[in-house]
Amino acid sequence: MPDYSATELSICAASRMLEDGATVGVGTGAPCATAMLAQKRHAPRLLVAFEAGGLAPLLPSMPISVGDSRTFYRAQMATSMGDVMEACQRGMMDYAFLGGAQIDPFGNLNSTVIGDHERPNVRFPGSGGGNDFASLCWRTMVMTEHDRRRFVERLDFLTTPGFLTGPGAREVAGLPGGGGPHKVITDLAVMGYDPETCRMRVESLHPGVTFERVQENTGFELLQAPHVRETAPPDEDELRILREEVDPYGYIIGR
Amino acid sequence: MADLASGSGPMFTDPDPEAARRVFRKKRAAFEDKVTSVRDAVARFVKDGDYVASGGFGANRISTACMHEILRQGKQDLGFAGHTTTHDFEILAAGNRSGRKLLSRVDAAYIVGLEARGLSPQARRVMQSGEVAVCEWSNFALAARFRAAAAGAPFMPMRSLLGTDTFQRSAAKEIACPFTGRRLLAVPALYPDVSFIHVHESDPCGNCRIRGIAVADFDLARASKRLVVTTERLVTTDEIRRTPEATVIPAFCVDAVCEAPFGSYPGNMAGAYFSDEDHLKEWLEVERDEDRFEAFLQKYIYGVERFEQYVELCGGAERLKELREMELHPGL
Repeated sequence: MPDYSATELSICAASRMLEDGATVGVGTGAPCATAMLAQKRHAPRLLVAFEAGGLAPLLPSMPISVGDSRTFYRAQMATSMGDVMEACQRGMMDYAFLGGAQIDPFGNLNSTVIGDHERPNVRFPGSGGGNDFASLCWRTMVMTEHDRRRFVERLDFLTTPGFLTGPGAREVAGLPGGGGPHKVITDLAVMGYDPETCRMRVESLHPGVTFERVQENTGFELLQAPHVRETAPPDEDELRILREEVDPYGYIIGR
Repeated sequence: MADLASGSGPMFTDPDPEAARRVFRKKRAAFEDKVTSVRDAVARFVKDGDYVASGGFGANRISTACMHEILRQGKQDLGFAGHTTTHDFEILAAGNRSGRKLLSRVDAAYIVGLEARGLSPQARRVMQSGEVAVCEWSNFALAARFRAAAAGAPFMPMRSLLGTDTFQRSAAKEIACPFTGRRLLAVPALYPDVSFIHVHESDPCGNCRIRGIAVADFDLARASKRLVVTTERLVTTDEIRRTPEATVIPAFCVDAVCEAPFGSYPGNMAGAYFSDEDHLKEWLEVERDEDRFEAFLQKYIYGVERFEQYVELCGGAERLKELREMELHPGL
């Protein structure tokens, strides 16, 4: 059995969810690595879109920025931020794939502040394109580390919409219908959402991880899917591509 | 729809297209030679209190030369549009030290961070101090605000931000669609007093070509009351006229043209040079310590007269050759 880290496992697990032929708006960090792995392994026709304007590149190496020249390397088009976001708003983007942030039971995200907004304890970057992607793409995937500081009952600031307050809330707020959170992939487990309540539930546990351990590292009560499975570990091929082609300098997997 | 909400964030600029039209009416220098130095352009076109925007995205095709010059000239009390601004924001945030206040208000979509590289300690100190007024937006919302201004319209309708604290802390408003009755977000036109855009090629009048992604610069160029362009190289107007379809920014939107080779350094410039990750890392590192940061800024910005000297200090032609190699062979 191959030796791998929790980060490698979560990237491989997430990449398998991006099916060939899908369209995905990719955020900075681990999502870049994940999309690139999918593109190189099983999804050569994965249409990757970057918020700064890169449309359908053949990623030669992992971008450091979602606007660097790798994001439109041999792309179908180098366009604008407005053009990419409008494609999302038209309904052409299947997945939004976002990186680490504070997350609540309904999949709402905070990447703006900890503490008071006027004089915060910690200032984070803000929405970037995150709010737009999660508002306008059909399904939102999030990759983050699993701990109680990140998985909280109440966010300090709701930067980016998940299901907001529950079933139907997005539509009432005026967001496009039928979208919302899809999966959360962490170093411990893969979560989805209960279709009745829109609350987060565990769907698969990484090898050796118990539900209790995931719950201990979560600041709210987690539900369980009817059949909680074990996350399939990465195979040799995935690990080779990830380590040698996607992230040879260990920007993401080396952390 | 009776319950339409408004964001409570501050509006830093006037969205009224009537006022803007009177400014734009006077902007028609399509045929004049506007070539000048970065120092002169910043001195002439940036006034204390102005609202400023910078082009590009992240540390990609940014106007580093102008950001340095703004810091060097000690401009104060500026407003700033932060749509994924990373190293450019980091440079300006260095002006809020020792009782000085370069930034006083920020429209924030993405600030403080440098994407996968981490967060800027200095930018965080500034933004956590409470001394800078903040209005929250998303990248698309700021792009749409430039779009509205470029179109000469007071607002743009869009469908993100709704239902979130980002909306609550923005200066956007919910409106009812006059055709479908749906709840929409209206974002106000943003007309910056002065903007800086770095391009690959410009002629002396300011007709510009950009390689790679345009980000929001097509609209930003048109939305700005004053526009300073820095260019990797100057080309002739004759050259521009041979392929007019390649022009992204037309000269009559431009107020100054500055030749600034490697002007996005240490940022990336598509097809020309990759970002200098070592130097960007050094910035983040020295910001942790006030004395080291002071010495760093003295060495690279305050202690030099021109951007070219900074590039020399960072390794000059040798380093740029390496970065060009990385840019042209991205699989290495």
